[in-house]
Amino acid sequence: MGHHAAPSVEVRALHVLRGKTMVLTDVDFSIPTGRITGLLGPSGSGKTTLMRAIVGVQRITSGSVQVMNRAAGSPELRHEVGYVTQAPSVYRDLSVEDNVRYFGAMHGRNRAQAKEAIDAVGLGGLAKRRTADLSGGQFSRVSLACALVSDPRLLILDEPTVGLDPVLRAELWERFARLAADGTTLIISSHVMEEASHCDTLLLLREGRLLAQLTPDELRLRGAADDLELAFLHMIKADIAGRAGAA
Amino acid sequence: MNPSMLGATAARVLRQLRGDPRSIALILVVPAVLLAFVYYLFENETLPPGVPRTFNRVGLMMLAIFPFVVMFLVTSITMLRERTSGTLERLLTTPIHKADLLFGYALAFSIMAALQSLVATAVAYWVFGLDIKGNPGWVVVVAVLNSVLGVALGLLCSAFARTEFQAVQFMPVVVIPQILLCGLFVPRDQMNSVLELISNVLPLSYSVDALQEIAAHTTSTATMAADLLVMVGFVLSVLLLASPTLRRRTP
Repeated sequence: MGHHAAPSVEVRALHVLRGKTMVLTDVDFSIPTGRITGLLGPSGSGKTTLMRAIVGVQRITSGSVQVMNRAAGSPELRHEVGYVTQAPSVYRDLSVEDNVRYFGAMHGRNRAQAKEAIDAVGLGGLAKRRTADLSGGQFSRVSLACALVSDPRLLILDEPTVGLDPVLRAELWERFARLAADGTTLIISSHVMEEASHCDTLLLLREGRLLAQLTPDELRLRGAADDLELAFLHMIKADIAGRAGAA
Repeated sequence: MNPSMLGATAARVLRQLRGDPRSIALILVVPAVLLAFVYYLFENETLPPGVPRTFNRVGLMMLAIFPFVVMFLVTSITMLRERTSGTLERLLTTPIHKADLLFGYALAFSIMAALQSLVATAVAYWVFGLDIKGNPGWVVVVAVLNSVLGVALGLLCSAFARTEFQAVQFMPVVVIPQILLCGLFVPRDQMNSVLELISNVLPLSYSVDALQEIAAHTTSTATMAADLLVMVGFVLSVLLLASPTLRRRTP
């Protein structure tokens, strides 16, 4: 598995209408292979819908979403794309190990590979415990392990670090960096701006539109602040002012 | 279909059940206890000589109705949880085929149903002296088929419920009419033509017919075989109907 020159994800003129709300409007970007892309924006800005569109579980209104040169959600991609939803989607009445082994079985993974995924999220000592008996942070890591076990080439994580303590959060970001170094493409949403510094590229979403695609350094520059949160706020204010001026 | 994914799904469903010993106990013990009720209900009946005991008819039909009701409930709740917890959506992003999921469920619950009907049939036979002409093995076969019918209908109905409370409300809609019209209370050929017509399109009627054939004949009959085939047809059509409710892409 080498690095591909072709982009891993290519989104063109994507519109998603849910009910009467336009959740995503004319979103256009591409994501290179083997990089960490941060998806940032206030809550309700369309992050989850965009992730779902890339996974292929979201019905889209117009535009196109290509993953590894195939339409998002194609059967051929089901081995290649891992998705961790914001609310952990695992079986609460099964042990950690049984959960990871079951999702692993969907990708032909064995017991040893399941154990590896459990160790990777730091739950090795709790493998036999019932998932429902774990703490919130441990619970969400079970969900992550269920995605890691398939060793996907594209890993999409919706707010994976919510509710985790700073030590664990740092460990997870190290793991994400190692995965990216091994050629996995990661898309990670967050509303904690300090985490943005771990990403290679940032996608800034606001009210369903893509405000900018840039590196953390570019964000500091364009937002005229060293603090990423402040920089993002500046950019949003400039956007609002720009729109008001245009109208 | 992929046998290893189907097997993994069945094993996972059974593991979930194993983590819940109280439910297992309820599944295995309750039918036997209810059979005891039915037995003692008719204990003091006076019958002219040569007329068979009511327990032989009602008890036998109960053996088919229990697994149907229990598995309908268990499946609709389990599947609803699968839908609401996000695990279904997650599963459908993996290479699993819908049929692996549906038949995995059907396999797991029919194993439970087989155990349940073995216990219930054994109790009916040896404790309460249930007296039928045919082979009790066929009774177990009908019971398992009924449980798979319950699983299939449960899978389908879970698509139309948003909460567990709603899921349970499907029981009076789906299960009770079938119990009323299957021939347990009034033989089907003695019903008025409208009710008989309805009972003709309800699957439980055919399993009760099959049981009556088993009770009346020492060897398996063509009518019984036809009844069982109709049941299989019902099960497959309901599973086919349930399949599009497992959607990989949602609005």
